Amino acid sequence: MKKFILYIGFCALVIPAASAQVYITRTGVIQFFSKTPMEDIKAENNQVYAAIDLSQKTMAFSMLMKSFLFRKELMQEHFNENYVESDRYPKSLFKGTFTGDVDLQKPQIYNIRVQGVITLHGVEKSISTPATLEVTADGLTGTARFNLLPQDFDITIPGIVRDKIARQIDVQVKISCKPVN
Amino acid sequence: MKYYALFFFLCTCFGKIAISQDSSLLHMLEDSMMTDKQGGRVTATFKGTHIINTQSVETPAKGVLLFMIMHRFGKINEGAYEFFGLDNATMRMGFDYGLTDELTAGIGRSTFQKTYDGYLKGKLLRQSEGAGKRIPVSVTALAGIAYTSLRYSDKPYLNAKYRTSYTVQLLVARKLSRNLSLQLSPAWLHYNLVPAAVDKNDVFALGMGGRMKITKRSSINVEYNYLPGNQVNSFKVYNSFSAGFDIETGGHVFQVHVTNSQGMVEPLFLGRTTGSWGKGDIYFGFNISRSFNLSRKH
Repeated sequence: MKKFILYIGFCALVIPAASAQVYITRTGVIQFFSKTPMEDIKAENNQVYAAIDLSQKTMAFSMLMKSFLFRKELMQEHFNENYVESDRYPKSLFKGTFTGDVDLQKPQIYNIRVQGVITLHGVEKSISTPATLEVTADGLTGTARFNLLPQDFDITIPGIVRDKIARQIDVQVKISCKPVN
Repeated sequence: MKYYALFFFLCTCFGKIAISQDSSLLHMLEDSMMTDKQGGRVTATFKGTHIINTQSVETPAKGVLLFMIMHRFGKINEGAYEFFGLDNATMRMGFDYGLTDELTAGIGRSTFQKTYDGYLKGKLLRQSEGAGKRIPVSVTALAGIAYTSLRYSDKPYLNAKYRTSYTVQLLVARKLSRNLSLQLSPAWLHYNLVPAAVDKNDVFALGMGGRMKITKRSSINVEYNYLPGNQVNSFKVYNSFSAGFDIETGGHVFQVHVTNSQGMVEPLFLGRTTGSWGKGDIYFGFNISRSFNLSRKH
């Protein structure tokens, strides 16, 4: 009985202390590339919100689809209007956990594995990808690279532009997070 | 019993903590996103720079050259001998260039009365929604000049001054939903030369138009241009009414339609539409546009 009470007390003490290890950014960068012999498409969103909780080993991302900038204005319009339908599904989210040890005391690059659920175009899909976390002097820098398939998110590509859009979209993530106080 | 109760309490307690920890990260992001979020501009009110004959609020982006062919066959009521108008055709070839994202310069040449036209089109307001500043409508101003170069052998004294007409038009549009957009376009026209003294040199017209998307890449377009009476009196003019269908594929917009106007420049279709729907003076036609990126963004 006493042990239980002690345990609860211990948890109550530890959890608030542990949750202080949260790192956040509002200027994370996510780029995606579609390479085909017909056309190369590249878009970048540099207003990605991301948070990493080192003690819980969780992370989350949130971004507005309209913030993806393309080289061609018309491509951007079609991306929002016809493909991701950003009027109906304005945000894309990721919520997940990671495995791998990250020691804040040792500034270096750590290889981790991230798994979780991406929400895009209103469709949820779980993914798992290798990633890196670097402990730097003023925070945490994370990178990841993975492929997504448009059809997994109910994004249909009409036959007439089929040859211009890659089957697999190469997604690259780079975030530099600062500790939250 | 006590132990069970405690165990249960502990489980719910931890469960709650675990859940809140898991989603709090995302909630934290969402909260900060909400406070930062600004009003987003509404895009793609229309697919093309023209609803059918009337210009829409859309302009090409900076550095984009838009090549457009507008084509009208003859009247459907010309009968089988003229293959219901398909034997005859008038067309307008035009180039629009986006000087900035807001300002466009355009030139065109119509076979109808060998008319050259040029215009400037500028976005004044852009519809915005969301948490930031909201603007209910997009407003684009159009200032155009048209020059008719057709030779009149009986009136060789008609010099450039007489052959020129001007258009000033305000295009006010609102995207009401993802599918429905409506535009109101009051226009003021000035003809340097009118056929008779009873005709006004300054003519006012009120255009209305809209599009309803039926799939992601196609829409039904309708436009009606009301010409108030007692402005053009020496010959019978009609209000211009057009209906059509838009298909968009990549950088192309393809529009097919029927209209009672043969001219494709404002002074010709707003104030000089002589075709009547009732009599079957209906022109079948299409517009095709292709955009070329001449300069790279970023």
